[in-house]
Amino acid sequence: MPTEWQPTCPIELLRLRAQVFADIRQFFLARAVLEVETPLLGNSCGTDPQLDFFTTDYCAPPLQRTLFLQTSPEFAMKRLLAAGSGCIYQIAKAFRNGESGRFHNPEFTLLEWYRVGFTLPQLMNEIADLMAVLFSGHRALKPTQRVSYQTVFQRYTGLNPLAFSLQDYCAYAQANEVSEAVSLCGSDHGLWLDFIFSHKVQPHLGENALCMVYGYPACQSSLARLNKDNSHVTDRVEVFINGIELGNGYYELTDAKEQDRRFDEEIAIRQQKKRPVTVKDKHLVSALEAGLPECSGMAIGLDRLLMLLSNSATINEVLNFPVHRA
Amino acid sequence: MAIYSTNEFKAGLKVMLDNDPCAIIENEFVKPGKGQAFNRVKIRNLKTGRVIERTFKSGDSLEGADVVDVAMQYLYNDGEFRHFMVPDTFEQYQCEEKVIGETSKWLKDQDSCTVTLWNDAPLAVSPPNFVELAIVETDPGLRGDTSGGGGKPATLETGAVVRVPLFVQPGEIIKVDTRTGEYISRVKE
Repeated sequence: MPTEWQPTCPIELLRLRAQVFADIRQFFLARAVLEVETPLLGNSCGTDPQLDFFTTDYCAPPLQRTLFLQTSPEFAMKRLLAAGSGCIYQIAKAFRNGESGRFHNPEFTLLEWYRVGFTLPQLMNEIADLMAVLFSGHRALKPTQRVSYQTVFQRYTGLNPLAFSLQDYCAYAQANEVSEAVSLCGSDHGLWLDFIFSHKVQPHLGENALCMVYGYPACQSSLARLNKDNSHVTDRVEVFINGIELGNGYYELTDAKEQDRRFDEEIAIRQQKKRPVTVKDKHLVSALEAGLPECSGMAIGLDRLLMLLSNSATINEVLNFPVHRA
Repeated sequence: MAIYSTNEFKAGLKVMLDNDPCAIIENEFVKPGKGQAFNRVKIRNLKTGRVIERTFKSGDSLEGADVVDVAMQYLYNDGEFRHFMVPDTFEQYQCEEKVIGETSKWLKDQDSCTVTLWNDAPLAVSPPNFVELAIVETDPGLRGDTSGGGGKPATLETGAVVRVPLFVQPGEIIKVDTRTGEYISRVKE
């Protein structure tokens, strides 16, 4: 009897997912945040050098065009913000090529929301409120932790993440059974931070608690703005529970020129790494030129959230048809 | 030999790492949402048996290792080498003692075993899960004592020492589980 047609999650998980979606909608309805929907197929895509996208062909002869499956709904949502939507959220599918593993499926579900006028600390309060709602009745969490990247990095490694000392980083790697980091990371500070944080820091974060890490090093700023008091760090937050990365948020960059510069930089890195070519989202740059309101935005991976709520060890246990059965 | 990318690393795959043949045990995809993707791989060095963890950048690759398990018959020990034969082809292999290691205490002439070959040279020898060997030395037991309690050491014809029940006598043949080194039963000839 073939079993490959069956879902990899129990039917109970379908109900849990529906319940979480309903709780999220209730939460934002009560806070007057508008639910929106944006295209999954776009003319361009994020330029993040660490993300690979899917493309597909739009055929309406004689017109033929490449369209990109969105790696996140971020750009379209920012265009809505610039057009005056006010605070918005959406529950959306996102697609990232090549990502498959215990915590990854190339097609996954994101909750993404933007709060006009919110600073990062205000956004963090809201994240904690939302998590409290979603976890209540499923799993008791200990009090929320808020810690800076620098503090937590130093606590678990003794290294300063903001000042790159190749010698210190190499000595740490040699002494902590990750000596391969020396050749793998070379003199790339950002890569060292990714390596050490994901191997040696992240597993300790948020033991049965929501742990929010803020103030990422400036070299890991992505679409966040630099902190106005300390240009070595960026107004970016990541949230973890039981060592699992659940989401990422920014006090959003609103400077069109700076955004344009980061796009060019990322596209150059993509070329250098021989990653698939993407095009700059000119609509986003125009939207920023027209004026993105001061806002903070957050994305939470809902499949991983469901893993935590149901105590599942793999993402396949919360998806009905992961990529190998899709 | 084939080249394998981190995406193809799965349990059992044999690859070359630091010039030694290794077997992949576990492969975990690790990726910060906004960062570099890695594969954290648990891997066994087939020469030393040691298990280590090693991280690769996703998409990096390793050369495959030409490692195969072949069922062979143990022939004899010439004092320097032990000799094995593939029953189907009569092809013979000789092994140094250090390759055989702990397995030697279970090897009896003519018995079958598994020889792991790397580039057609023996890398390791594993005994069958169960062997039947004669006891050459043990305290004479009390006949009629069939209780399971206690036990005594017994030296087998291959040199292995196992604990056996008190009623088992020198000269008898017993069945032993080589994975645990435990006595299973007496074997009637």
